[in-house]
Amino acid sequence: MPVLVIVALSTIIPLMMVVNTSVQDIFGPGNRVFVGTEWFEEVLSDRRLHDALRRQLTFSGLVLLIEIPLGVAIALAMPKRGWGVSVSLVVLALPLVIPWNVIGTIWILFTRPDIGLLGVLVNGLGIQFDHTAAPLDAWVTVMLMEVWHWTPLVALLAYAGLRAIPDAYYQAARIDGASAWAVFRHIQLPKMRGVLMIAVLLRFMDSFLIYAEPFVLTGGGPGDSTTFLSTYLVKLAVGQSAPGPAAAFSLIYFLIVLGICLVFYRALQNVGTGDKR
Amino acid sequence: MALIELKEVAHAYVARPGGPEDYALKRLDMVWQDGAAYALLGPSGCGKTTTLNIISGLIRPSEGRVLIDHRDVTALAPRDRNVAQVFQFPVIYDTMTVFDNLAFPLRNRKVDRNEIRSRVHEVAEMLELTADLKRRASGLTADVKQKISLGRGLVRKDVAAILFDEPLTVIDPHLKWLLRRKLKQIHQQFSTTLIYVTHDQNEALTFADQVVIMDEGEVLQTGSPRELFENPRHIFVGYFIGSPGMNLMPCRIDGNAAIVEGAPIALGEGIAERGRAAGGELVLGIRPEFLRLKPSAEQGNVPVSVLLAENLGDFKIVTVSLGKLTLKVKVPEDQEVPGEWAYLNFPPEWTKVYADGRLVE
Repeated sequence: MPVLVIVALSTIIPLMMVVNTSVQDIFGPGNRVFVGTEWFEEVLSDRRLHDALRRQLTFSGLVLLIEIPLGVAIALAMPKRGWGVSVSLVVLALPLVIPWNVIGTIWILFTRPDIGLLGVLVNGLGIQFDHTAAPLDAWVTVMLMEVWHWTPLVALLAYAGLRAIPDAYYQAARIDGASAWAVFRHIQLPKMRGVLMIAVLLRFMDSFLIYAEPFVLTGGGPGDSTTFLSTYLVKLAVGQSAPGPAAAFSLIYFLIVLGICLVFYRALQNVGTGDKR
Repeated sequence: MALIELKEVAHAYVARPGGPEDYALKRLDMVWQDGAAYALLGPSGCGKTTTLNIISGLIRPSEGRVLIDHRDVTALAPRDRNVAQVFQFPVIYDTMTVFDNLAFPLRNRKVDRNEIRSRVHEVAEMLELTADLKRRASGLTADVKQKISLGRGLVRKDVAAILFDEPLTVIDPHLKWLLRRKLKQIHQQFSTTLIYVTHDQNEALTFADQVVIMDEGEVLQTGSPRELFENPRHIFVGYFIGSPGMNLMPCRIDGNAAIVEGAPIALGEGIAERGRAAGGELVLGIRPEFLRLKPSAEQGNVPVSVLLAENLGDFKIVTVSLGKLTLKVKVPEDQEVPGEWAYLNFPPEWTKVYADGRLVE
């Protein structure tokens, strides 16, 4: 019973309020009109939303493309025994435990062309680099920050998956004369399937929802170039004071993420039963 | 084929071994005859797996050399030796079909495609896997997976010795017998040297021509199952082989007899003097199968009190007590067992004396 109360207060009631707002036009307190699906239609045809969605998908796609192989490569390179294991685990975990807006701040400073280590270095090499000025620079910085922040998670998951492989597989491969690539392709990668699915799911969802780090770093700019979905949503709700469309969009956003989760969940189930034998 | 020799091989898993206790495998000199079936028998941790891994090259021994057909292979990687190994845990490549699994070692060695196909079919037929060749290896039962592991060893033409590290541990009991028979057939057909590690003496004794008993990193005795049974050279061998194991009684030598709990027991010719000369802790050993239970006190029979008689079908095991010692005697099913008191007869030819664990002969 107490659990129900808590869930109701923290989830259901706010959710209902959002649904409420999404189907009404609010002119002022006490002055509201039911508009049905008007906000939904407006939001879905909003060109700027489509742009934000495009940017978001590009971003999430790049994230997966870079972080998954990189994380696996790091896991393969990590030591299996001895004191090096604890050291690498701690070093890898460091970026993961920093508060997210602090990460944005770190990278702002790091890439400043006047006092940031990276900024000064790159500009010193003759390349014009300013993440507040050029969209490409902003994207590069955001990607660098994101990869630095989250690849360790993939690496740790992949490492756990690798450690779970019994020695006998490697021994048999040595006797069969398998090359290092064959060992990777036929033993390590298949045995890491479950773990990698989890990594892909987590990274896709998190990057799809990402807010704090890019907002702190670029504020969505320069212009619109790094405005991803969540940033756009906040701009709608707060900046433009349009609670109707914002509420409508947040419901859509929620449903998209829910849908993706379901897809991955099903895929994970299948992987799970496959491994049980 | 393969004559495998281990010369002065010893192995310690620690980087800088301090004393004998750091050595998983103590100084070992051994010859494994070409084409013979060996069982490496001993309790867990006695060094059997270490020995096997040294032969196949998975471990490089801290000391000594490994020779195959008189060639020093100590520095050679496992893939370059003519040795295959089957592990306790069935190892198969999940993503490949059974056919690809069997072909894997040949493909890694760049064997011609047609030859791969004929070899794989040959081995599959021998192991009764032909029906499964097209199936994915991951969905199969443990015994089929072990057959595939075995098949990967057999499929290489150059394989001269196959090593088994407790391969039937995860197999269901009723399938174990079938697989063991299959192994025997393969041995007869190919005459490869087989070295089979196990901690189950029944498996070892039924499978092998020669049994090697190890304990605590040392080889205690090598011989046929019968030799090990009738003439154990070490207390451990006497106690480990046989069910129940050998009766072991602390004793001392007086004149021409051993004295156990005050009772004199006649010894074979010359054993008494040699036992005295050897010195150290003396133990008398005799197997329950060779002890005789008598109802009367004729010539030198030792009086004992009967504690328990268990009827096990073909025979009975009678537990008796002699002073502080408890001994077991195997008697035929139809022999009558006295109720409280009886006499034990120790036939001298089966009565062994051990000095500090080693047989006095």
